Amino acid sequence: MNAAPVQRDVHAELKGVTRIYSAVPGAGAKLPVPALGPIDLDLVRGEFFAVVGPSGCGKSTFLEVLAGLQKPSAGSVSFEGKPVSGQVPEGIGVVFQEDASFPWLTVWDNVAFGLRRNGVAAPEMRRRVEDALAFMGLKDFARAFPSQLSGGMRQRVCIARTLVLQPRLILLDEPFGALDAQTRLLMGDEVLRLWRRTGATVLLITHALDEAAMLADRIGAMSARPGRFIEVIATGWPRERDSTIVGAAAFGEITGRLWERLRGESLKALGHSDVAALAAE
Amino acid sequence: MSTARRTADTLLLLAGLVVFWEILHRAAGETAMPAPLPTFAYLLHNLTTPRFIANLTTTGLELGYALLLAYGIGLAIGVWLGAHRLSGAVGEPILVSLYSLPKITLYPVVLLIFGLGISGKVAFGALHGVLPVALLTMGAIRAIPPVYLRAARALQLSPWQTITIVLLPAALPEVFTGLRIGFTVTLLGVLLGEMFASKEGLGAMIIDALQLVQGEEMMTVAIVLFAFAALANGLLFFVEHRLRRV
Amino acid sequence: MTRVGLIRLVVIAALIGALELACRTGLIDHRIIIAPSEMASALWTLLASGSLDADIARTLGLIGLVTALSIVLGFAAGVAIHALPRLREALDPFFATYYAVPVFIFYPVLIAIFGLTLMPIVLIGVSTAIVAMIIATLNGLDRVPRVLGKVARVHRLGRIATALQLQLPAAAPYLFTGIKLAVSYGFIAVIAAEFILSPAGLGRDIADAYADFNNRRMYALILFLLVVATLVNAVLHSLDMRFAARRSGGRA
Repeated sequence: MNAAPVQRDVHAELKGVTRIYSAVPGAGAKLPVPALGPIDLDLVRGEFFAVVGPSGCGKSTFLEVLAGLQKPSAGSVSFEGKPVSGQVPEGIGVVFQEDASFPWLTVWDNVAFGLRRNGVAAPEMRRRVEDALAFMGLKDFARAFPSQLSGGMRQRVCIARTLVLQPRLILLDEPFGALDAQTRLLMGDEVLRLWRRTGATVLLITHALDEAAMLADRIGAMSARPGRFIEVIATGWPRERDSTIVGAAAFGEITGRLWERLRGESLKALGHSDVAALAAE
Repeated sequence: MSTARRTADTLLLLAGLVVFWEILHRAAGETAMPAPLPTFAYLLHNLTTPRFIANLTTTGLELGYALLLAYGIGLAIGVWLGAHRLSGAVGEPILVSLYSLPKITLYPVVLLIFGLGISGKVAFGALHGVLPVALLTMGAIRAIPPVYLRAARALQLSPWQTITIVLLPAALPEVFTGLRIGFTVTLLGVLLGEMFASKEGLGAMIIDALQLVQGEEMMTVAIVLFAFAALANGLLFFVEHRLRRV
Repeated sequence: MTRVGLIRLVVIAALIGALELACRTGLIDHRIIIAPSEMASALWTLLASGSLDADIARTLGLIGLVTALSIVLGFAAGVAIHALPRLREALDPFFATYYAVPVFIFYPVLIAIFGLTLMPIVLIGVSTAIVAMIIATLNGLDRVPRVLGKVARVHRLGRIATALQLQLPAAAPYLFTGIKLAVSYGFIAVIAAEFILSPAGLGRDIADAYADFNNRRMYALILFLLVVATLVNAVLHSLDMRFAARRSGGRA
């Protein structure tokens, strides 16, 4: 299943990447804490890749190292052939788990933030902002402030703020973690639409197996901390798909397979000592 | 960061303050600003004189009466406005705007009503303390989650039990915050009262010392007051902390 | 106007009316309190005569100066202390006790050093108001969501751009609380200082009128200060409400 075509267009690449945190102040022990890796991964241009794993396994660390928000302790990261280190390269957009909308700006100004920074001319900016607002279904809320919107709508604002900059690699760090299950399915559809329309490479971090199984072309199952990929599963979904595939037989198979790989890891993350025995039950 | 290092840093800053005092003394001259060491000597020597003790007692007495009044009236108003929704909605903005007024402007009125003796200063101190006690008590009662009342009913508690086992402990920590802040501003009120047209109390002592160019005495009174206020606040803060943990 | 607002207005009007009635009927001696209508007319005469202008300018000017200094210096100090965690931890006990100790008691000491100039009033005013602004600034910077720092880096913002475009607006509500407190403390400290010992100013005028048994003048001045303070507070409050309504309405 770990299908690797001979000729693939590698968009981003991680080689032997690890991340070790020095001791957290006040944590008592002065030992360094390994948080991630080693990780080797190629992201293919235009694919939708999801990362699932137990909580605290280092998924977010993985995303931040890939984005250039954190430096790897060892190994290398590259994006479009150029090394990434300590700075977020142009062309990468990130949507965070926390609500990162700016409460002091209207929805319109939130979305226009990056374009203003880049000095995009007014007519062009207006066109792109309106386009992003329309695409994310925010047209009627352009003049509203984020505080007047629901959590899901605020997350759309953040996605629109990223989308408007036309990133070629979009990193989504559990963007729907705080939303209810139904809203999450619908937001999944939005992300699929976004992915198809922009043609960007998308990397989604999630703790929800069904979300990963429904959205991704490939799914990386991550072990308990320090996070490593214990398996990468290709789903084989057609490019044109939506949340109705949760009814497909293959969806159940993929979700089941993921859980089979991750159950033991999740137990480890919960702190069970006799993991092997429990996992074997 | 370790507690020891933090304490050391804080002590270092305290020492810095004393050094700053010494520099001020050198710059301002002997009469305006006495040096730290002679002041501390003066403090130790004069703390037990009858004159000092008499003034201390006056201020203490005034503060005690003022607190009694401020707490009694403040709690009553707070419970009323907290429990009765409409009264609270009507009264809160009035109390808030009274709270931020410079109450010193009302001191002559207080003096005209209560006279120049101890009662004027007590009333002025209480005037300061009533508002924060009332406001925070009101907030505390309003903040009790309605689910507590439903839980009390589910447990079939009597109204008296509801008040003593559920409502009182739920509101107590924040009410206590009100009492602590009330203490601080009541003390300030009493001292301000003593600083104007009064012959007794620590506040009056400072003004007298200013007129007699008695730098050591001024600094002594200031230090004693600071130490007392900081200690009392620390104690109340400690109790408050304990209450919050429950 | 809402029903509650109407009731509040009626309550306040009734209180003033009752005072008016009690004074008019002689229930309250006019040597103690004069009728509110008399206070107002006395204030009107006083303001029209222009004799108060110099003192109004002095006192309000001092309050403005003290508040402005406290806000600017307090903000700068807050930013600096926030950048030095060790200094901050050492200062924390001082901040926690600062408003519990009667700092105002130092006013006579300042007079002993600087004489009866403007300096002691400005210094006591700034010492009273500045710490509120420092604490508010620290509080505001603490509450800037961490994720904004990451957003800044994704947008490749420099340090100054991050501070001005993200941190400052994110901390703004807390800074505004500091500004409100600084205004309030500045007002209280300046008036109290003038009242207790000062060569001029509205506080001094009140104390003089009290000493001269000139109740009409005294109550006119008191009314003036209370009205000004209430107006300033009302303006700040409505500004605060306007910010809060669009920024935090419904946000958890």
